[in-house]
Amino acid sequence: MNIPKLIASVSQGRISQSRKFFLNFISPLLAIFGFFLSCGIVVHFRGQDALEFYRIILLSGFASFDDFGYVLFNATPLVFTGLAVAIGYKSGLFNIGCEGQLYIAAFAAAWIGMHLNLPAFLLVPLCIGSAMIAGAAWGAVPGFLKARYGAHEVINTIMMNFIAFALMNYLVTAVYQEPGQMIPQTPQIHETARIPRLASLTPILPQSNPLNVSFLIACGCVVFCYIFLTYTRWGYELRLVGNAQDVASYGGINPRTVTVWVMGLSGAIAGLAGVAEVMGYRHRFLDSFSSGWGFTGIAVALLGRNNPFGILAAAVLFGLLNKVALDIDILLGIPRGLFFAGQGMLIIWLVCIEGISRKKNGS
Amino acid sequence: MVLELIPSTLRMATPLGFAALGGIYSERAGVINLGLEGMMLIGAFGYVIGTQGSSSTWFGLLIGIGCGLALALLHAVATVTFHADQVVTGIGINILALGITEYLLPLPKQVGGLPHWELPFIGSYSFIVYLLPVLMVASHILLFKTPWGLRLRAAGESTEALAALSLSRTKWQYLGILFSGLLAGIGGCFLASEVHYFTKGMTAGRGYLALAAVIFGNWRPLSGVSACFLFGFATALELANRWNIPGQLLHSLPYILTMVVLVGFVGTSRPPASLGKMKL
Repeated sequence: MNIPKLIASVSQGRISQSRKFFLNFISPLLAIFGFFLSCGIVVHFRGQDALEFYRIILLSGFASFDDFGYVLFNATPLVFTGLAVAIGYKSGLFNIGCEGQLYIAAFAAAWIGMHLNLPAFLLVPLCIGSAMIAGAAWGAVPGFLKARYGAHEVINTIMMNFIAFALMNYLVTAVYQEPGQMIPQTPQIHETARIPRLASLTPILPQSNPLNVSFLIACGCVVFCYIFLTYTRWGYELRLVGNAQDVASYGGINPRTVTVWVMGLSGAIAGLAGVAEVMGYRHRFLDSFSSGWGFTGIAVALLGRNNPFGILAAAVLFGLLNKVALDIDILLGIPRGLFFAGQGMLIIWLVCIEGISRKKNGS
Repeated sequence: MVLELIPSTLRMATPLGFAALGGIYSERAGVINLGLEGMMLIGAFGYVIGTQGSSSTWFGLLIGIGCGLALALLHAVATVTFHADQVVTGIGINILALGITEYLLPLPKQVGGLPHWELPFIGSYSFIVYLLPVLMVASHILLFKTPWGLRLRAAGESTEALAALSLSRTKWQYLGILFSGLLAGIGGCFLASEVHYFTKGMTAGRGYLALAAVIFGNWRPLSGVSACFLFGFATALELANRWNIPGQLLHSLPYILTMVVLVGFVGTSRPPASLGKMKL
């Protein structure tokens, strides 16, 4: 092994402070600014009042605790999927399979919650644990296939998404459908398997508000991921494999092993998005409940620059957009597609900035 | 029994086949194209808008192809010129296409379909169906028997070879991606022309399925399109709903098969050497 070459490959990953600042703070803020500006321009050219549009955005998200509760509720699954994508990304892996992983995990939680009747202090951790294991298993398979056979994880996670959709559809229509119902959903889980709403804990939220304790779990997960990535041995291994695989191998880290457990961890975190849905909100498994959270997670990770706290902020922004999309549709008659289109442009813009910077950096 | 399934197999396989051919051009030039889904969707949308606006299906086809090309151009500018991550860009393209079409969703008005040609022994199908085998063979010849194809493949296999010939990798990658937009656009037009209207997200994962066919067919036009016929047959079986096989199993069969092939249990599937790698 050539030592100077190793050192060169490590130092290539180093970016100047000003460029780092630009990439981490200025570029995402510019992207968000550009996003709202271009949405406003489109609204203006529709012949509607752009200022009114901005006013509705602010009112819709921040007028009351109730409204903000909805924003955080929408953000909850996106925090998990964003973290899942980022964890993979940090070690050079692309987990596009969050969508499938969260379905598998959600079903595992629902299955345990339906079939076991235990006191809450046992059942809740059991449900969450089994969901995380199910998500981890679904995520680790593409990781294993990559480590063992070199099969690209992007393709395999996409394939496993579709397999998960079909499997869920089968389970929920042919095996576990709630009797006497046309809706493809399972019966409700036991009372003791539910994650309480925050409204039942604080009086500032009305009882109707769906924000639940899973948001606090999401915040805990953010802190966990930050500590895990920054201060633990495993986090170091993960980042090293992502930045300089040769160096990692030279240091005695097996990149293949790391690949498998990173994908597993990523799947487990993505699975928590399913937990939030089943145990925190709907209390049952509904077929195709996720509106592309796994994919939005990619945008969230991108905008949050793969930093756990950045991801939390980005998830709240996307949660706001999801809520606002509904309100502008009702109040102004602007189709929700406007925000989707904007999101797509935001993603492309962000990766372009990153690409240009990488090119200039020569690494 | 199986013969009855031929018409629906052909109808299912045709849009897949076009998108898969498109995927082959782009990936052979070294650019991962996850945006096939979005390019098909916007193609279908363009077809309906164009046909409604002019009451000519040919004009609709033109607009559909144009829309597919426009998204492909965006993909090319982002990935080739700005070196953006190809996978993320593709996903961005898909979300963008979903958003644009939902924003501009036309009234659910029926539009005419593309002309059907009556052929002896085969039956009456949209001419696009007959176009697919022709393009499949043409693509095979183009990619593997002409200098043009050699250069396009060199962009995806060996940048050094291109550089040695002082050819621009950028140009060939642009061409490959634009071809994929064009072909995916035609696939989308066919989809909309068969059902006569546009619905939100009507491609329903076909772009990803086409990508699976590309891999299943080892990045080759003949086997890639054959894979589409196989996948189309699985869908036709699922729709026919016979023999009591759960539809979901048939539905996930193409994905399982692709994983098996990708891993190398059956045959081998080898991507172009510098697929997804950016020029430094």
